Amino acid sequence: MWDYTDKVKEYFLHPKNVGKIEDANAVGEVGSLACGDALKLFLKIDNQGRIQDAKFQTFGCASAIASSSALTELIKGKTVEEARKVTNRDIAKFLGGLPKEKMHCSVMGQEALEAAIKNYLGEEAAKIELDGELVCECFGITDKKIRKAVIENNLKTVEEVTNYTKAGGGCEKCIPKIEEILAEVSNEYQPIPVIKTEPAPEKMSNIQRMQAVVKVIEDDIRPGLQMNGGDIELIDMEGTRVIVSLRGSCQECPDSQLTLKDFVQSGLREKVDPAIEVEEAE
Amino acid sequence: MSRVIYLDNNATTGVAPEIFHEIEPYFCNLYGNPSSMHRFGGEVGVKIKNAREQVAQTLGCLSEEIIFTACGTESDNTAIWSALETQPEKRHIITTKAEHPAVLLLCNYLEKKKGYRVTYLPVNSYGELDLNQLKTNIQKDTAIISVMWANNETGVIFPVEEIAEIAKEENILFHTDAVQIVGKIPINLKNTSIDMLSLSGHKLHAPKGVGALFIRKSVPFNPFIIGGHQEAGRRAGTENTAGIIALGLACELANQKIREENLMVRTLRDKLENGILASIPNSRLNGSKDKRLPNTSNISFGYVEGEAILLMLDELGICASSGSACTSGSLEPSHVLRAMGVPFTYAHGSIRFSLSRYNTEKEIDFVLEHLPPIIAKLREISPFSYEDKPDIIQCH
Repeated sequence: MWDYTDKVKEYFLHPKNVGKIEDANAVGEVGSLACGDALKLFLKIDNQGRIQDAKFQTFGCASAIASSSALTELIKGKTVEEARKVTNRDIAKFLGGLPKEKMHCSVMGQEALEAAIKNYLGEEAAKIELDGELVCECFGITDKKIRKAVIENNLKTVEEVTNYTKAGGGCEKCIPKIEEILAEVSNEYQPIPVIKTEPAPEKMSNIQRMQAVVKVIEDDIRPGLQMNGGDIELIDMEGTRVIVSLRGSCQECPDSQLTLKDFVQSGLREKVDPAIEVEEAE
Repeated sequence: MSRVIYLDNNATTGVAPEIFHEIEPYFCNLYGNPSSMHRFGGEVGVKIKNAREQVAQTLGCLSEEIIFTACGTESDNTAIWSALETQPEKRHIITTKAEHPAVLLLCNYLEKKKGYRVTYLPVNSYGELDLNQLKTNIQKDTAIISVMWANNETGVIFPVEEIAEIAKEENILFHTDAVQIVGKIPINLKNTSIDMLSLSGHKLHAPKGVGALFIRKSVPFNPFIIGGHQEAGRRAGTENTAGIIALGLACELANQKIREENLMVRTLRDKLENGILASIPNSRLNGSKDKRLPNTSNISFGYVEGEAILLMLDELGICASSGSACTSGSLEPSHVLRAMGVPFTYAHGSIRFSLSRYNTEKEIDFVLEHLPPIIAKLREISPFSYEDKPDIIQCH
């Protein structure tokens, strides 16, 4: 028996927003009967680009139905731009977590949302799955989709890739290819090297602290981010509060908050002052 | 849980109260080791001898042809390994695509890691084997044919007695996984050419943790678990005394009542099955209707997913199981249904109901009342319907 949270059970037994929207102006469809789960998402977006209503139809297990319902609850009332930032992890979080084998249900939600937004913007309604080179023939999963899931969810093993995308869950023929993709991604996204600098002096004036922060950002942090196509700009400092803006690929990166806290803040705390709090500029 | 309607007896059964009563003393009071020299242990040894006779009588074999094991899986593994170890020159195995993982995954392992060649016989859409196909696949170095007697998912019965004759003519050892059939249909091994047979206690109202392997006296044997001299040196390890005594009693109980219980269980199963098929559109029976265990019914509901059905049934205290991918975590629907060519529209929405002598007509009526609205609700949530007739993409 799956270890579903009470919230998953609640959203499965009493799902919210089931059904069609007859005058929907955005529809996203992912999955198929053959693969065991499918989701059709209907959105009604008003003139200001705000999602007035969201409904769904899902064929699938309890967690697929709960994830679909959670998705509609998460995006209702949001603007398209805001809704775009909703990820599969947000869906899983909303439900209090999903069993790891069921993470693909939350990924299906995110994909349906992406497909619906594309449909709304009049973009090519090309199915996301058909984009890229086919890797898993059993479930029709492409290299692009696997890469995306690996990067966004920081996946490390074939088993995790299967849990999130289903790829490799059938005949297992594509496992070597998945391993290759994992190796490629891990090469491209090397952990940013820790650069040793002289320890900061015991007590600093505001000016000294500001100078040290500028130096560490310039010498250590920016080069690390630039290696991955991102960038950072120091906007302001108030005492130990450091306000920055992430640029380049960091802007779209769903892990930007992680980058900010785990990399920028911890780097500054280590080298300048353990009291530093990094925040992103509004 | 308050009230449970248990329709999952192919997964496991409840211990019969009269059996539980009989074995209770063997935990805290009569806990002696049957191998001991004192009477305290020796008395338990007598009980085990008695249990062996009870099992042998139920199967129609000699008591020395019974080895007690820990489960059906151990019996299956022991049988197949023994056949291979005693005939090292033979490198080919024949089995079926519908076997339980205890045989199927062992054969996969032998193929991948030990270099054996394995033929997995297909089944038709009713889950039946083609015996001509079996004959044409026999090779000079076929060591063993292993074919289950009754399928755990569909209840479909294979003609193992006939297969055993074919194997005998070709001088090939024959094993059958009879875990699902023992206690449900009378067996008499004396009149067959079956060399080895596996059974499991918890499928016939004995506790979990005990099984047995029948191995014909004339068949060479190689033990799977090595150690002490228990089971005449054929299966080492201190006996699960209470479990073995229970298995003996369970066999005897089943033997006494097998015909009347069959009739009772079959009547209830048919009522459930006919009621469901009549009241729920786009539902279909999986597997042969006639060549089948009297207690099993495997029904698919088009355009809905099995796990969702099970969890809604569970809310009502109804226990069943599903061949859906989502219940196993394997992503693939049941290998048995896939081998039968059940279309994906139906394979993901299969539910197995398996009854026992403890089920009542009231329970069946309750299920018949509550299942249709569950399917209707899930079909309402589903984007597919039989009216749309969506194109079926073959995933494979």
